[in-house]
Amino acid sequence: MKNNITQVTLKNGMKVMLKEIHTAPIISSWIWYKVGSRDEPTGKTGISHWTEHMMFKGTKKFPNGILDKAISRDGGRWNASTSKDSTRYFETMPADKIDLALRLEADRMQNTIITEKEVASERTVIISEREGSENEPTFQLSEAVQHAAFRVHSYHHEIIGDKADLLTITRDDLYNHYKTYYVPNNAILSIAGDFDTKDMLKKIKALYEKIPKGKTPPRLARPEPEQKGEVRLSVEGPGETAFTQIAYHFPNATHADYFPLQVMESLLNGASGLSYKTARLYRALVDKEFAVDVSGWSESSIDPGLYRITITHRPDKTPEQALAVFDEEIKKIQTELISNDEITRAVKQAKAVFAYGSENITHQAFWMGYVSMFADYTWYTNYVKNLAKVTPQDVQRVAQKYLQASNRVVGVYVPKGMGK
Amino acid sequence: MAKTNFKLAKSSYPSAKDVYQAKLSNGITVLARSNFNSPSVSMGGYLPAGAIFESDEKLGLADFVSSALMRGTQTKTFDQIYNELESVGASMGFDSGVNNTNFGGRALVEDLPLLLKLFSESLQTPTFPSDEVERLRAQALTGLALRAQDTSEMADIEFEKILYQDHPYSRPSDGYVETIQSITRDDMTEFHRLHFGPRGLVIAIVGAIQPKRAVEEVEKFFGAWQVAGQKEAQALPSTKQIKKTIKTHHVIAEKSQSDLVMGTFAPTRKSDDYMAASLGNSVLGQFGMMGRIGNVVREKSGLAYYAYSSLNSGIGPGSWEVNAGVNPANLNKAIDLIEKELKKFVKQGVTKNELADSQANYIGRLPLSLESNGGVVSAILNIHRYDLGMDYYQRYESLVRNVTRDDVVDVARKYIDPDRLVISTAGP
Repeated sequence: MKNNITQVTLKNGMKVMLKEIHTAPIISSWIWYKVGSRDEPTGKTGISHWTEHMMFKGTKKFPNGILDKAISRDGGRWNASTSKDSTRYFETMPADKIDLALRLEADRMQNTIITEKEVASERTVIISEREGSENEPTFQLSEAVQHAAFRVHSYHHEIIGDKADLLTITRDDLYNHYKTYYVPNNAILSIAGDFDTKDMLKKIKALYEKIPKGKTPPRLARPEPEQKGEVRLSVEGPGETAFTQIAYHFPNATHADYFPLQVMESLLNGASGLSYKTARLYRALVDKEFAVDVSGWSESSIDPGLYRITITHRPDKTPEQALAVFDEEIKKIQTELISNDEITRAVKQAKAVFAYGSENITHQAFWMGYVSMFADYTWYTNYVKNLAKVTPQDVQRVAQKYLQASNRVVGVYVPKGMGK
Repeated sequence: MAKTNFKLAKSSYPSAKDVYQAKLSNGITVLARSNFNSPSVSMGGYLPAGAIFESDEKLGLADFVSSALMRGTQTKTFDQIYNELESVGASMGFDSGVNNTNFGGRALVEDLPLLLKLFSESLQTPTFPSDEVERLRAQALTGLALRAQDTSEMADIEFEKILYQDHPYSRPSDGYVETIQSITRDDMTEFHRLHFGPRGLVIAIVGAIQPKRAVEEVEKFFGAWQVAGQKEAQALPSTKQIKKTIKTHHVIAEKSQSDLVMGTFAPTRKSDDYMAASLGNSVLGQFGMMGRIGNVVREKSGLAYYAYSSLNSGIGPGSWEVNAGVNPANLNKAIDLIEKELKKFVKQGVTKNELADSQANYIGRLPLSLESNGGVVSAILNIHRYDLGMDYYQRYESLVRNVTRDDVVDVARKYIDPDRLVISTAGP
C-alpha cells in the first residue's frame, strides 16, 4: 500500500485502485473506460456519450428498468458521464450493499443489450439533451471557440456530438464502439470507502478477472499544429447579453509547465472551487465596471487542451473595451513578477479545497480514477507540494509563453436584441 | 486495516445527544456538531428577513440587500472582505427566499474565527456603499436579461404566478427590471434596519471543533448584537384553490427546446401529509431514472432528456410539480402523457412494490446525505426550521416505514386534481 491506496493489475489487464476510508458506512465505486469524445472520427461524433446512455439499457441478468431500481432500492446513488478523454460510471452505496454495484458493472462491461428500438428512442433523448444546451448562448459560443481552436485534434467537437451525426449514427456503430472499448484491459476500477482491502480485492477478482481481455483499443491522436496567429469569430443569437470567450492553447496535465500555470490561473481568475472576487481579472473587469462577470478554467487533459476565460458583458460597454482591459492584465502578469505571498496564497487555497474534498467519499474515488487517466496517483498526492515549488519567475515565464495573442481564439456572442 | 463496525442506522445520525443547542441571551439559536474526519468546518443559518416583507413596487429588495451584505461594512471594503476569505480558501454567501435570508460558508477549522467575524460584520454592520450598489444593480439587471431568455426559469415564474395568485410565493424573489431599477440605497438601509437582528437568527456549525467551543465562538462575535424594533416574522396568508386547469405559454423566440412545468399545491414540510406525499412523489417522478414520469416521457417515448416530478415543501404551501424539457413540436404530446400519469397516480396510487422500493431508498440513502459537513448543516437546520424535533433522524426509519399505500393515494387525491392543474410552458 502506497499513499494509502492499493493498486493492482488483474490478469486480464484491468487496473484496480482501492482506498480505505472509514469515516462513514459508505463505499463509492467508479469504473473508467479510456474512451471519450477525442476518440471519435468525423461522422461519429457523440458516440462515446451515446454509448454511455445505452449502458443503462440493461443486460440479460439486469434487464432494462431493473438496474436503476436495484441501485435506488439500496439507497445508492449512481450516474455516468463522458469527457473528452474518458467515460466513467459510478455507484455510491451503503457499504454493505456495494456488491450489487460490482456485479452490475462486471456484467454490463460484457453483456449490455443494444436494440434498434432502444437506439431509436435514445436518439431523440440525446437530441433533446443537445437542444437544451443549444438554448444557452454560452454553449453556442463555447462550441464555436472549440471548433476554431482545434482544426486537427479531435478535441474539436463537443462531447454531445454534432447534430448531423446524432441523426445518422446506427445501432451497429454503437455496438461496435461498445465492443471495441469496453474491455477490461481498457478499464480502471477505483473504489474508496468503508471496506477491507483484502476482502474487496477478492470480490473484484472473482467478478472481473474472468472477463476476457480484448484487443487494446487504439486512441485517436492527431496532434494539433501550432496556431499561427490570433483567430477571431462571432456567433449571433437571441438575447440582450453579449459574452466573450478567450481560449489559449495550454499544455497537458503532466507537462512541466502545468503547476506554474495553475498558480497563474489562480491569480488571474481565482482558485478552482472558490469565489474569485479578488482575482486580477475580476478586479480589473468587474470592479472597474467593464463587465458583470469574468470566470476562467482549464481542463486537466491527456493532450494539450484549452484555458478559457468567459466575460459576461455589461450593456453599456462593448466587448472591445472589455477585451482591451483584459489584455492589459495579461500584459501585467507577463511583465511584472508576482510576489511570493501570492504563491503562498494559492497553496493555502489548494489545501482548503483538498480538505473539503476529503469530506466526501465519492469525490475521493473520483479523483483516483480521474488522475489515472493521464498520470500516476502521486500527481494527486503531490499536488499541493508541487504548487508550493512554483516561483514567481516560473509564473512570468509561462505567462509569456502561453498567453500570446497568436496562441488564442477570441469568440464573441453577439445578441440580436443588443441595444433594444 | 479492519473494517469499522458501523451500526448503520441511528447511532451515527444527528440526535439530541450530539447536536449541541444553545440560545444566546439576545435570542440567537446555535446548533453545533463535531466531525473530526476532516480539518474543515461548515456553517449555515437563516433569519426571518425574506421577500415577504417587500412591496410589489420594490420586488427583489430582500435579495438585493442580501447580495450587498458583503459589499462593505463599517470596518472593511468589499475587496478586503473577499481578500480575507479567498486568501485562506474560505467561502461564504447570502441569499434570500420568501421567508428568510439564508447564509452559508466553509473554511479550514483554523479559520473559523475569521469566517464568523466576517459573517458577523456582514450581518450587523453593512454599509451598502453607493458604487457597490450600482455595480450589483447592473449585475442583477443582466441576470434578469438572461432569465428572460431562459425557458426553464420563465416557465417556472409563470407557473408560480398563476398557482399562487396574490400569495407572496407568486412573486419571483429576484424581482423585475423595473422593481430592481426603483430600489434605492435608502430602501436597502431601511430594510436592513427593520429586519436584520438577532431575533429568529439560527446558526449551525459542523466540523472539526468541539460543539461548546463553536458556541463560544458565536457568542464572541454575535453575543452583543441588539436591535431595537426588529420586525417579527410575518405569517403567510392562505392560498386560493385552482378552479380549473389553466394553461399558459411564454414565448421566447429562437430556442431549440421548450420547458414545461405543470402541477399544483403540496403540503407544508411540517404537515402530517408530508412523508406520504414525498414517497408518492418518489414513485411518480424520482425513483430510479425519474420514476413513472421519466419512464413514460424519456424511456418509452424518447421525448425528453429530463422529465421528473418534485415536491417543494417548506414553511408555507409548497408546489407539487412536473418539469420537462422537450422539443417545441412535442410539447403537447409530453403534456398529454404527464396528465395521463397524474390521473393514474390519483386513481390507483402506488403498488406495494413501488412503495417498498421508495421506502428502502429513503432509508438507505440517509448516510449519503449526511456524509459531508455541509450535508449535516442543512439537515440540522431543516430540523430546526420545520420544527421536526431533534430526534427526527432517530424516528426517520419508522416515519418512512409507517406510510401505507392508502396514505399515499389519500394525499395524492387531497392535493392533485388532474382537472385543476397549472400548466406553464416557455419556448418558441
